[in-house]
Amino acid sequence: MKIAIIDYKVSNMFSVKNALNYLGYRSTITSDPKIIIEADGVILPGVGSFPEAMQNFNNLKLTEIVKEFISSGKPFMGICLGLQLLFSKSEEFGECEGLNIISGEVRNFDQYIDDHPLPHVGWNRINCYKENNPNLAEPSEKLRLYDEKYFYFVHSFFVKPNNSNHIFTETSIGDFKFCSSVKYDNIFACQFHPEKSGIRGLNILKDFFSGEYHYVQKK
Amino acid sequence: MSSALRIIPRIDIKGPNVVKGMHLEGLRVLGKPEKFASYYYEQGADEIFYQDIVASLYGRNSLHELISKTAKEVFIPLTIGGGLRSLDDISSVLRAGADKVSINTAAHENPNLIVEASKVFGKSTIVVAIEAIKQSQGTYEAFTDNGRNRTGREVVLWAREVEKLGAGEIILTSVDQEGTGKGLDIELIRNVFSAINIPLVVHGGIGKIEHVIELLNELKVSGIAMASLVHYHYYKKIRNTFVFEDEGNIEFLKSNRTYSNISPIDLKTIKSTLNNNSFLCRPI
Repeated sequence: MKIAIIDYKVSNMFSVKNALNYLGYRSTITSDPKIIIEADGVILPGVGSFPEAMQNFNNLKLTEIVKEFISSGKPFMGICLGLQLLFSKSEEFGECEGLNIISGEVRNFDQYIDDHPLPHVGWNRINCYKENNPNLAEPSEKLRLYDEKYFYFVHSFFVKPNNSNHIFTETSIGDFKFCSSVKYDNIFACQFHPEKSGIRGLNILKDFFSGEYHYVQKK
Repeated sequence: MSSALRIIPRIDIKGPNVVKGMHLEGLRVLGKPEKFASYYYEQGADEIFYQDIVASLYGRNSLHELISKTAKEVFIPLTIGGGLRSLDDISSVLRAGADKVSINTAAHENPNLIVEASKVFGKSTIVVAIEAIKQSQGTYEAFTDNGRNRTGREVVLWAREVEKLGAGEIILTSVDQEGTGKGLDIELIRNVFSAINIPLVVHGGIGKIEHVIELLNELKVSGIAMASLVHYHYYKKIRNTFVFEDEGNIEFLKSNRTYSNISPIDLKTIKSTLNNNSFLCRPI
């Protein structure tokens, strides 16, 4: 299996590559459309600012390539900013259009949280049971292993999907709950950094690219 | 429910070695940085902080090789400090595998670097280090170069300013307490903690776990960086196997002594003790 890590100049792509190497996956850091399309899996990494990332994305003409790859049905993972870019728009430094693959917005924590330090930096738990969505599929046994476990976060913005069915896990800062990962067809994208979350993080990467399904449909 | 308290081993590096001193001076060689980092990763560290302590003097950071080696086996965040002066310097350590950078001297000389760096690399990548020394009139002044050079800036005002400029986090060192094992400077921490809204990591003076508990009973800081407490524990395990190299003061390492004010303890015990005292830490 060969994984393409998309290079769009503002990111943590080397950490992601180190993690994949450690797991025994072959990977390439690239912005070459051909390599991306032909890969067996793609990771969109990202640390940095949303508008700058989108500008680089457009300059490198990556938008259509990413959409084309996703429609192939092969596994696609977004990490941190790579999650946020999939959404319709962000309010970082004024309003900015995203890739619009998942309907929803990227918002600043500022307006929602005043009793905890921001940015949200550190290890926090992910909750795999979405109490607000009774119709959703139930977590698979594999996913239950991650429920209430700690992962590393470092961000000032969070995603708000319009369709709550896309919410895969939630995380809390004080009383405020936000979407810490989404699952949408062949896309899994997370706000936390699996490549920086110790052995559990590495396992999440491995599970995804080895085709483990995180949810089973409710009968 | 919120982020867990981060326990961050701080590894000061001079040349090829981990060093530890007092008041950021009087350095003793303790071992190899990559060995310390891997050990702490396995023991449940939440982050690793590498500080190139002579970089600022020489005007360069020379940890690239070490960073890339570490990032291949340590899958937790890695913060790098020492001698980072420009966007290019920051970019090069991030590309080597660092996740965050810590700047002090350059931030004083050119506060606009904080603005630009947080715009380019994201606010949460930029940590500002503050080295505080208490002055005779009771205020604290920010220093650079391991507490050697004055900046004339009052610590609390400077902390507020760097937050405004776009720093994502502050790591606050009490140079007075650093390496002494006599406890954290709670007054200093209280002053800064109440002045800012970004995460605060504190460092300097922890000689035993009770010092941490004493602080947390009053102030819920985001992270605690520690050196002596965990280094001397690990060093006891490895000192008989260490291969001496010429660089640095290795007399201490050879002598088999430990430091009297420090009660060395391993990370696992630190975390379980804190959890037992209801201070939320990521369990191993």
